[in-house]
Amino acid sequence: MDKATGATQEISLERLKQGDRAEFGRMVEQTSPAIYRLALRILGDSHEAEDALQETYIKALKALPEFEGRSSLSTWLHRIAVNEALMILRKRRPDLGIADEPEEDEPDQPAGLQIVDWCCLPESEMMSAETRRFVNQAIANLPGKLRQVLILRDIEGLSIRETAEALGITEMNVKTRLLRARLRMREELSGYFGERL
Amino acid sequence: MNRYMLCEEVLANISDYVDGDLAKDLCAKIELHMSECRNCRVVVDTMRRTVEIVQLSDEGDELPSDIHQRLLARLQIPDSDQ
Repeated sequence: MDKATGATQEISLERLKQGDRAEFGRMVEQTSPAIYRLALRILGDSHEAEDALQETYIKALKALPEFEGRSSLSTWLHRIAVNEALMILRKRRPDLGIADEPEEDEPDQPAGLQIVDWCCLPESEMMSAETRRFVNQAIANLPGKLRQVLILRDIEGLSIRETAEALGITEMNVKTRLLRARLRMREELSGYFGERL
Repeated sequence: MNRYMLCEEVLANISDYVDGDLAKDLCAKIELHMSECRNCRVVVDTMRRTVEIVQLSDEGDELPSDIHQRLLARLQIPDSDQ
């Protein structure tokens, strides 16, 4: 990012692969805020997110010579960051982990589904800075197992199969957790937008 | 068919439905149900919007400066601000 103009300059993969440290520094400047947010969202802990952030770029630095550029640099870094964050999760106590345990301990849906039609609200209201803050807080408040699936699937855009592989759980459990996470988010947003109708 | 059961069926399949991952015959059943059930229509529409809003929820904040400094130090990158 050019701090004077706020413009983002194209990163040269060729120069990165040649070991150009200045180019690597520019890539870090441009991409590290998003990588940190991703790690923080998955882990919900700033210290662990910082570890994942640092390890992401250490791994990227080592792997760059083999990176063939089939995906964008940003996508590639996000995948590394997801793996780093998940590795940290696996090291946590089992009760905080991502093990493929039975799903029947939670109800399938929140009691009392809210029927509020807020789809008619203007786009500007639905995507306002205040709404984003609310949504991010609601995501942060989700139970870890639901939050991880929602982030990988809906924010990082992984497929159901890729999410299952990343988390080491079955596709069925991904679908179950995704359904629960989305239903909870819909309830939160229905309450939020319902007050604005 | 029992409407209560069908509402539950819609809810159980809503995530796959908004992702477009549901078999055609099941989609048709859900759409038929929605044409007669306002509540399910509202839930499906708001679920679709929910997924869109979550997908675009990134706030784009800057990296906290202390974390930024430690990252640059770990990577041995000179800080251009100093």
